[in-house]
Amino acid sequence: MMKKVKIKLHYPRKWISKPLMSEVISRYGIVFNILHADISYDSDGTIIAEISGDDKAVNDSLAYIDSVGVNYKLYNKSIIRKEDECIHCGACTAVCPSEALTMDEDNKLTFDKEKCLVCELCIKACPLRIISTEF
Amino acid sequence: MKTIAEINRKIKDGNAVVATAEEIIDIVDDIGYEEAAKSVDVVTTGTFGPMCSSGVFINFGHSDPPIKMKSVTLNDVPAYAGLAAVDAYIGATELSQTRGMEYGGGHVIQELAAGKDVRLKAVADGTDCYPRKSIETTINKYNVNQIYMYNPRNAYQNYPAAINSTKKTIYTYMGTLLPEYGNITYSTSGELSPLLNDPYYRTIGLGTRIFLGGGEGYVTWQGTQHNPEQARGENGVPLSLSGTIAVSGDLREMSDEFIRAAIYDRYGVSLFVGIGIPIPILDVEMLRYTAIRNSEIITSLADKSGNEKMTEQFTYEQLQSGSVEFRGEQVKTAPLSSISKAREIAGILKEWIEKGDFLLTEAVAPLPLQNKVNKLEIREME
Repeated sequence: MMKKVKIKLHYPRKWISKPLMSEVISRYGIVFNILHADISYDSDGTIIAEISGDDKAVNDSLAYIDSVGVNYKLYNKSIIRKEDECIHCGACTAVCPSEALTMDEDNKLTFDKEKCLVCELCIKACPLRIISTEF
Repeated sequence: MKTIAEINRKIKDGNAVVATAEEIIDIVDDIGYEEAAKSVDVVTTGTFGPMCSSGVFINFGHSDPPIKMKSVTLNDVPAYAGLAAVDAYIGATELSQTRGMEYGGGHVIQELAAGKDVRLKAVADGTDCYPRKSIETTINKYNVNQIYMYNPRNAYQNYPAAINSTKKTIYTYMGTLLPEYGNITYSTSGELSPLLNDPYYRTIGLGTRIFLGGGEGYVTWQGTQHNPEQARGENGVPLSLSGTIAVSGDLREMSDEFIRAAIYDRYGVSLFVGIGIPIPILDVEMLRYTAIRNSEIITSLADKSGNEKMTEQFTYEQLQSGSVEFRGEQVKTAPLSSISKAREIAGILKEWIEKGDFLLTEAVAPLPLQNKVNKLEIREME
């Protein structure tokens, strides 16, 4: 069975020089899609990524990442917007870091779930309180 | 070239030609200003933005025995009752005594507009003529005597875009502003915006009948902080904070489609108000004004932390593109006012006029073209 998970890796400084991702990819044959990365030599970093592949391969990848001492958080939640109540003001787009929430040509709000980092900043930026991780 | 009376005759006959403030741009591109001014009678505008200076007057009716209400709450949100016995005013930004910033006057007004029940609590001192000292009951817009919106300042002609120069995120009525010039927010319906389409208030004045919150309303005064002397571009359009209007209308005619509460994180509550104003095309000059486009409307930039005086200016076309170049870097821009709702409002108003349901009004008096905005000085009594 195929599996797809979204994770946030807390990337310690000491790991910067080690090729964690290519290691995981070559060992388990998964697809490692980086959605957002904030890495530098002088501080701990974060990577938000989607790992997809065979069920077992994905699980083994996560176990491997864990075993080498890189902490990660699995995103179980997703952002939900009550679309019929949205007035398309666009206030949420001001804080969205990944351009998952954008205004389209017709000045309507669009939400690209694939780009969403589940950072949850939009929840409080929405003046109508119609964005949540659950309702 | 045309009078309002002539246009009204055409509206009554069902022959008026109406275009929205967006459609008129395409019409001008096709046939030019002169021809467009001849063939189009009315241009409809619209806006649906957060407008804090909004509220509702209510007369609750007298109970038996009667009460001269002193302290009034609606769904635990205080209303001002320093008027006659059962008159009160609930303002959009007033906050709930129990839920704080998560609920306020804007929400009460939205619920009332939607026809929902609201809990009224009032206390009084008790007098010979008004002996009752407290009351708790339920009201809605149908069982009170009068319930009308009176908004002292709506439909700002132009409003500066907002940015944050500090190292911390700030939370404002212009939304969440990220540190170090991290984003820019702006609030306008641009080329659809009522006062941007009549920059010198030639047709919009006291008594102008308008679309308000889904029903009919009126321009009732100049808005507070009305600032017609703002610097203007060659096209007459102000470059920053300028004209405003006070508007009024019966809340019974309104709906929560066009009256919607807003919460700005760590700022408080406001109210989205839907306004549409028809502009009679009296001559080519009026047509030119209404054919204004986003690329020709400029606004200023304000640092909402108050630290830095900004000199940058942008057109609404630039702001609406999603990002602008600011000091050599691309900065994300985000709207706060709903352009899609503004478009809907201009469309509805167009329909009303085409059907002959909505006649234009001659202004009873013009909005002033001279008026300065004063600062509040701190001083002792002389």
